[in-house]
Amino acid sequence: MHPRRWTEFAIESLIRVLGLSSIGFVLLIFLFLLKEGLPAFLQVPPENLLGTRWYPTFDLFGTLPLILGSLLVTATAISIALPLGVATAVFVREVAPGWAREVLKPMIEVLAGIPSVVLGFFGMTVLAPLVRETLDAPTGLTAFTGGLVLAYMALPTIISVAEDALDAVPKSYRDAGLAMGATQWQTIWRVVVPAARSGILTAVMLGMGRAIGETMAVMMVTGNAARMPTTIDSLFRPVRTMTATIAAEMGEVARGSTHYHVLFGIGIILFVITFVLNLVAAGAIFKKRRRGGLR
Amino acid sequence: MRPKIRVDHLSFYYGDKQALFDISMEIRERQITALIGPSGCGKSTFLRCLNRMNDTIPGTRLEGRVLLDGQDVYAPGTDVVDLRRRVGMVFQRPNPFPQSIFDNVAFGPRVLGLCRGRDELEEVVERSLRDVRLWDEVKDNLKQDALSLSLGQQQRLCIARVIAVQPEVILMDEPCSALDPIVTLGIEELMKRLREQYTIVIVTHNMQQAARVSDWTGFFWLGRLVEMGPTGDVFTRPQQKLTEDYITGRAG
Repeated sequence: MHPRRWTEFAIESLIRVLGLSSIGFVLLIFLFLLKEGLPAFLQVPPENLLGTRWYPTFDLFGTLPLILGSLLVTATAISIALPLGVATAVFVREVAPGWAREVLKPMIEVLAGIPSVVLGFFGMTVLAPLVRETLDAPTGLTAFTGGLVLAYMALPTIISVAEDALDAVPKSYRDAGLAMGATQWQTIWRVVVPAARSGILTAVMLGMGRAIGETMAVMMVTGNAARMPTTIDSLFRPVRTMTATIAAEMGEVARGSTHYHVLFGIGIILFVITFVLNLVAAGAIFKKRRRGGLR
Repeated sequence: MRPKIRVDHLSFYYGDKQALFDISMEIRERQITALIGPSGCGKSTFLRCLNRMNDTIPGTRLEGRVLLDGQDVYAPGTDVVDLRRRVGMVFQRPNPFPQSIFDNVAFGPRVLGLCRGRDELEEVVERSLRDVRLWDEVKDNLKQDALSLSLGQQQRLCIARVIAVQPEVILMDEPCSALDPIVTLGIEELMKRLREQYTIVIVTHNMQQAARVSDWTGFFWLGRLVEMGPTGDVFTRPQQKLTEDYITGRAG
């Protein structure tokens, strides 16, 4: 073969091997997760696994408080980050003058790069005492504090993606709204934001994915008590999430024990939840696209 | 007939570049005024001065006056939102919102608070759609996405959306340039009917269209109004050599 054909062939093969291997690694991780996690569902009876008490030392593996803990913290984070994030995106795209947008957008994106442990530290030393004093509670390490920190972590993603979605709305929609005698605010709220709906939904889902999978910051600020968040004041009590449980206990668990497998089992549950979230988001976006709304 | 709109010595600038030069004209009530001229001659810019849509473009500047019923629409304290309700606009490309047909037409009445209750709103929507002869085609699918309509239907929907707020003037910026000839004829018929109720200003690069639908024609060239008069006169006895050259195809 001609030497140039050879280099061409070599480069192509290299790219192919690299691409396939990254798919292979993801698959292997997934298989490992299944291999280590599935025994938990066989070894521990479902009524124990779905119980309300998480005391691994007494063979009580109730994951319900952990699942609910994760959901509570994530829901709190999203209910703070969604309105704030969308409002900020609207401000950056629709209200702020051009030069301010040029400055704000990269600044917001840089915020996404702050390591979670730094935010956790900030939450621990600043937010938690603030929450404790404001609420006059015994501890500031609560689900709410975790929600605040997670909201902060999800915000840059939500703002950035939502701003892109708003930016993709054709100018002709804005013109039409304004030419009808709608105010700028009415045009934004009733035309531009609905037109960017699917993009904003993606933004929220990405933010949510980040929040539910976050470990370090959550572990540092939520207090990590595996109690059922079923009372009204649960939001302002300590809570323990799935991720924090895995991170905190994996280091000390005996390899191959039931407890070990249950921790991987929690990993599977977490995986399923995020997978479903992504599926729902993708489904909503796909439906929208087929209607021809994404132009 | 009294002028609905009077423009006095209007000049317009995009930054340092002057786009319109000292334009004065009168637009008669319940007549169709066509503005013709080659691309880039400023006719669309002029149109957008009439409802202050150019306000949305940063770095633009305007001199002169635009009087709507004798009131300067550029006077300080003018309610731009109210101006745009009174002077509606139809754009070159049909631009319905990505919402249902009903919501598109209901948009104006809703944001302006024109209707009390659902029944009244439905009435307005139906009347507007009937006015543009779209009602029979869509009455069973009002919840359907407006973007699923054909382009011609979309443009009629946009006209229905404008007349739902009962404007006094309708500005049309090349409303047929994205449409095929048959649909274009339909829109022209529609314009002639709307003329009984509304003052219409249409920008078009299609001279036949101007000749067919309009009562008055203004000819723009390089940002200047070269000639304006009754359509018949402009097309058969142009006063200016430039107009004649353009109309007969020797210039432009």
